[in-house]
Amino acid sequence: MEKRVFFKGWWLPALLVAPQLLISFVFFFYPSGQAIWNSLFLPDPFGLKTEFVGLDNFRFLLSDPYYLASFKTTIIFSTAVSVSSMALGLYLAALADRLIKGAGVYQTLLIWPYAIAPAIAGVLWLFMFNGNIGLASYYLKALGYEWNHTLKGDQAMFLVILASSWGRISYNFLFFLAGLQAIPKSIIEAAAIDGASFWKRFGTIVIPLLSPITFFLLVVNIVYAFFDTFGVIHTITSGGPEQSTTILVYKVFSDGFVSQDLGSSAAQSVILLVLVGILTVIQFKYIERKVHY
Amino acid sequence: MVEKKKSGYWLTHLGLILGVLFIFFPVWLTFVASTVTQDAIIQPPLPMIPGAEFFENYANALFRGAPEGYGARVPVMQMMINSAIMAVGITVGKIVISLLSAFAFVYFRFPFRNLCFWLIFITLMLPVEVRIVPTYEVVANLNLLNSYTGLIFPLIASATATFLFRQFFMTIPDEMVEAARMDGCSPMRFFIDILVPISKTNIAALFVILFIFGWNQYLWPLLMTTDPDMQTIVMAIDSMIPTGDDFAHWPTIMATAMLAMVPPVIVVISMQKFFVKGLLESDK
Repeated sequence: MEKRVFFKGWWLPALLVAPQLLISFVFFFYPSGQAIWNSLFLPDPFGLKTEFVGLDNFRFLLSDPYYLASFKTTIIFSTAVSVSSMALGLYLAALADRLIKGAGVYQTLLIWPYAIAPAIAGVLWLFMFNGNIGLASYYLKALGYEWNHTLKGDQAMFLVILASSWGRISYNFLFFLAGLQAIPKSIIEAAAIDGASFWKRFGTIVIPLLSPITFFLLVVNIVYAFFDTFGVIHTITSGGPEQSTTILVYKVFSDGFVSQDLGSSAAQSVILLVLVGILTVIQFKYIERKVHY
Repeated sequence: MVEKKKSGYWLTHLGLILGVLFIFFPVWLTFVASTVTQDAIIQPPLPMIPGAEFFENYANALFRGAPEGYGARVPVMQMMINSAIMAVGITVGKIVISLLSAFAFVYFRFPFRNLCFWLIFITLMLPVEVRIVPTYEVVANLNLLNSYTGLIFPLIASATATFLFRQFFMTIPDEMVEAARMDGCSPMRFFIDILVPISKTNIAALFVILFIFGWNQYLWPLLMTTDPDMQTIVMAIDSMIPTGDDFAHWPTIMATAMLAMVPPVIVVISMQKFFVKGLLESDK
């Protein structure tokens, strides 16, 4: 798609794109290039000189049990966050879509948590589950269940999943509601006249028609769980206990800034870069398909 | 709707209300905790109704900091101002550079246009978290640590807004440009007097999304700012949370958490129409 009519001249457009190109070069291309370059070197412990090691950093990472464990943690974490927040978002959207009046009110009541920073969401849930003063841990104790997410890895994982999914429900709700409202009511009514029950209609008509939006949300939520949840992890667990909640992006941060292991951190950045690249390509493939549709 | 059974109607509302309660509950608890005394918090369970210390706790959080305990005596007023500057800076910066470059891509033919487009397109792919270490080095080498410039500019380097404006400009009828050119309108005149005014709704939609994105930045300000006067409220909350069994003044922490949430939530609710539009369009 191109415009037929346009202005002439080349120095004005060059001037117009210059700010964005400049910022992209300084803060995007140069640092990304540095990450790739650094991933091929190993600095000595005193940071005086670096040695070219080729792909050794990657070889080391892929045989490092901690890194592989972090991979597994990330997969469990992002699957749990995506699936639970999408399921709840779809559930609430399906209910709101049933209403003739009032869907708008519920939309207002449900979407504002989108504005809450992941780090703040982490603080809210940390406060509820704090071992000494938290309301949730108090009642769990009263029921005879010992809650201590600072010592128990599975509880820590549960808490970061809960806090990350909670803030994400509103996003998924909004997209599913838009998707549901786009389904022509006549199709649903025709099925109802033919005697299909609510669940039958939901399973055979609504779900298939929602599949493009579901796929889109899945990709976006995985990207969210990979990167944006850094704040949740940092405030609630700092990756602990014993690295049980160290997701990949947290490991880039803790190896690069806390342990100062720059070669490994750069190699991890490159691996993440490839992963995001794949996710982005998948997402654009989807958009393309939608455009041609 | 298809069926009109009374029981189904009430069950629908019940289900939605349960969802709303689940969403509200943690925030309600935080609000309650920000209005009671320290004693009411350290002896669980926490009451469910707000206490009488609202003004005391919020005045402490804003101007004096916590009276005692971990991370005490750090007021957050300056941090809120910093957050606002960062959020508005990112929002305005991104919208301005995107409008300019989208205008160039749609309304001009110039050498290396495709290459430029491709270069900007590729920045869509990487969140700042991935290239965090080298980006930090760049900013440190430019002497931009602990500065608003350093907080704002690295986060402007992304192409989402450019694409949104490009798509929108494509839908504007060619007759507009033809008429403008016939009347002897220069490109910049066309941009300022015609293109920007008709993009109002899109600008408002992007404003909401980008303001939230900017206000909620966490990792970048955490690395960038060592000077307490440059910290933002979202990152500062982390330094108030006690680790292990340290003693902390919870009412002040919770008041700070509320203060960190309120501005973006107000923006979302007051500009809900634009927010929904921006969200549904900008991610696609």
